[in-house]
Amino acid sequence: MSSIHPDQVTAERLAGLRERPGEYVASPNGADGTAIEDPAVRAPLVLDDLTFSEVTDTVCSYAECGPPKPWLMMITITSMIAAVGTGMILYLIVTGVGVWGLNNQVDWAWDITNFVFWIGIGHAGTLISAILCLLKQKWRTAVNRSAEAMTIFAVICAGIFPGIHVGRVWMAWMLFPIPNSNGIWPNFRSPLLWDVFAVSTYATVSLLFWYMGMLPDLATLRDRAHLRLAQGRERRLKLPMPVGKDIVIPYLPSAERVAAFVYGFFSLGWRFSSRHWHRYEAAYLVLAGISTPLVLSVHSIVSFDFATSILPGWHTTIFPPYFVAGAIFGGFAMVLFLLIPCRKFMPGFKNLLTIRHLENMAKIILLTGMMVGFAYAMEFFIAWYGGNEYEWHVFINNRANPAEAPYWWAYWAMISCNVLSPQVFWFRKMRQSPLAIWIVAGCVTVGMWFERFVIIVTSLHRAFLPGEWGMFHPTWVDILTFVGSCGIFATLFLLFLKYLPVFAMAELKAVMPAADPHGHGEGHDPVASVAGGASAEGHPSGRGH
Amino acid sequence: MITLADIADYMPMIKRPAPKFISESGARIYGVVAEFADPPAVYHAAEKFRDAGYTKWDVYSPFPVHGIEEAMGIKRTILPVAAFGAAMTGVAGALLMQYFMNDWDYQFIVQGKPTSAWEPFIPITFEMGVLATAFTCIGGMLMLNGLPRWHHPLFNSERFLKVSDDRLIIAVEAADPKFDPDATRRLLEETGGTHIELIEDED
Repeated sequence: MSSIHPDQVTAERLAGLRERPGEYVASPNGADGTAIEDPAVRAPLVLDDLTFSEVTDTVCSYAECGPPKPWLMMITITSMIAAVGTGMILYLIVTGVGVWGLNNQVDWAWDITNFVFWIGIGHAGTLISAILCLLKQKWRTAVNRSAEAMTIFAVICAGIFPGIHVGRVWMAWMLFPIPNSNGIWPNFRSPLLWDVFAVSTYATVSLLFWYMGMLPDLATLRDRAHLRLAQGRERRLKLPMPVGKDIVIPYLPSAERVAAFVYGFFSLGWRFSSRHWHRYEAAYLVLAGISTPLVLSVHSIVSFDFATSILPGWHTTIFPPYFVAGAIFGGFAMVLFLLIPCRKFMPGFKNLLTIRHLENMAKIILLTGMMVGFAYAMEFFIAWYGGNEYEWHVFINNRANPAEAPYWWAYWAMISCNVLSPQVFWFRKMRQSPLAIWIVAGCVTVGMWFERFVIIVTSLHRAFLPGEWGMFHPTWVDILTFVGSCGIFATLFLLFLKYLPVFAMAELKAVMPAADPHGHGEGHDPVASVAGGASAEGHPSGRGH
Repeated sequence: MITLADIADYMPMIKRPAPKFISESGARIYGVVAEFADPPAVYHAAEKFRDAGYTKWDVYSPFPVHGIEEAMGIKRTILPVAAFGAAMTGVAGALLMQYFMNDWDYQFIVQGKPTSAWEPFIPITFEMGVLATAFTCIGGMLMLNGLPRWHHPLFNSERFLKVSDDRLIIAVEAADPKFDPDATRRLLEETGGTHIELIEDED
């Protein structure tokens, strides 16, 4: 910051060159991605007047460079954490669920908390790709790929917990309707079985959705690898060394050959034909249409696990919408928590994921945070209004009252993280500050974990009979299994950032003004060249005529 | 209309019909490609090709160009119909499975509730319907597109590999009944195509 004399500031303000105190002045061309004051004008989705080719270069460069040192450092740490988690799972399997802090009273604890936490996080991806696609929210193109990836990795983490919680893991196949020697079938009236179907369908459909969206971008990476091969620009595979030079690995094919084969295999021979695009778009739209109720159904069904029981604190009809809102809330928080550091450290990321995107997501956090806050209040109201003394007891003496409830700190951590912290997004300054968003997103992620802990453990630990009351204390295995699942998640996400197209390039290009076949795309010259750099000298995109 | 030549593409044991056109080196000709400057240019060129009565030709673009279906005269895909059929199949299959398993083959009596009640079967019925639709959408899209395939004659052209970056290309196949090496090239030129190139197909 250079120092300016206060008189000069006043003079500039009077001359209109500088904003008055408290006045917000958008940058004249919206080039920093912040919202423009004129509501008829939208901030551009891609900044810096990038051409199509520059978008391709930016996105592909992440996958095409050698592994950067900071990335290697991070993935070393996260994969070690993931290995610890895997070790804990093995330890649980060979020893038994007694290594966890579960007991007869609190028989669902961290395992189911973690399951609901991860599956909730997994809701943002498909929400962004499906619901926002149907609502024609073009800004989704910048975040949908990474959010979908995050969804899949979160669902993988979620799937671990109920799988190992069943105790005899080798009997987990009995969850599925497979003929067995006992001659009995699973009980389809049980919400737990609904959950098996809902979560596995969700995982499969999310994976298909993600993969289908990625097909054209994998084909782009394939074509670029082939072009580099044709030009003789090959890079040997190297063994990265923490200090000194990396060691070239002999005998193995070059990185380009590996890329051409692997991306070529997975892009299924996609060749960008318009006849193919036509069917592709139809399929994408139908998928979005069926994924929308799917997203809403999955967390509703997860909530049925609780709501269909008769336990006070679980037995409420508000659970399905409350869980869905919470899942979207937690999922968006995780998307922001992961992407803001990427934005900071990955070159060119800022031009594609702009402040406008962050602001939109901050608004969704605010909205869903209010919905979750409403649900908390309504649960409390019904506990009082319903006149059921057991339910009232759960809310007051198990959760809220610090004098009575041993877990009061969990309840109030949940309220302050989930209801209070997003309130800062009423201020535009906060919605446009990546650091503020990142801090709130972190708070919300923690708060959403506590929400599930509060629902599960505080309801269970003191139910109907005081003689059964007990406490839950996590063991070191509990803690390390959860930390390990975070390691698995982070490792998978880092691999995604390095080896797959992080942005949906084809979709990003399609929403750029230069892609309009009728030439009156927002503010662009009708004859703006696609291949050349002519669009760079056009008006800043986003300003209509 | 699917011809023998289309099927022969996927089944090496079927002999492909003799080529109508061969290049100077004696190779089978796949077709002609030309590059276009921007989406409006390729859009208007596509209208000309549609009006000229070409059938086996295509626009290649890094992203779906808005409204190119009308410009090219592509019929609506039957994919949504197939998806609806799959959804109904999934729903019916799930209902049959649940009624067979919990009502007919092994009656699970839980809390004295009737085993033939339909209400508890709804969640799984819905999920199975979604699952079947999703597989049909993607599988059907790939099948109708003739994918996956290992190779395509167009990939022989280095210029074509840049379509995935920022190029817009129109390719007219030699298998098109209206294809004529000179006339087609002239039409490509007239509509604003540049870098016109003959694509050879290896046999």
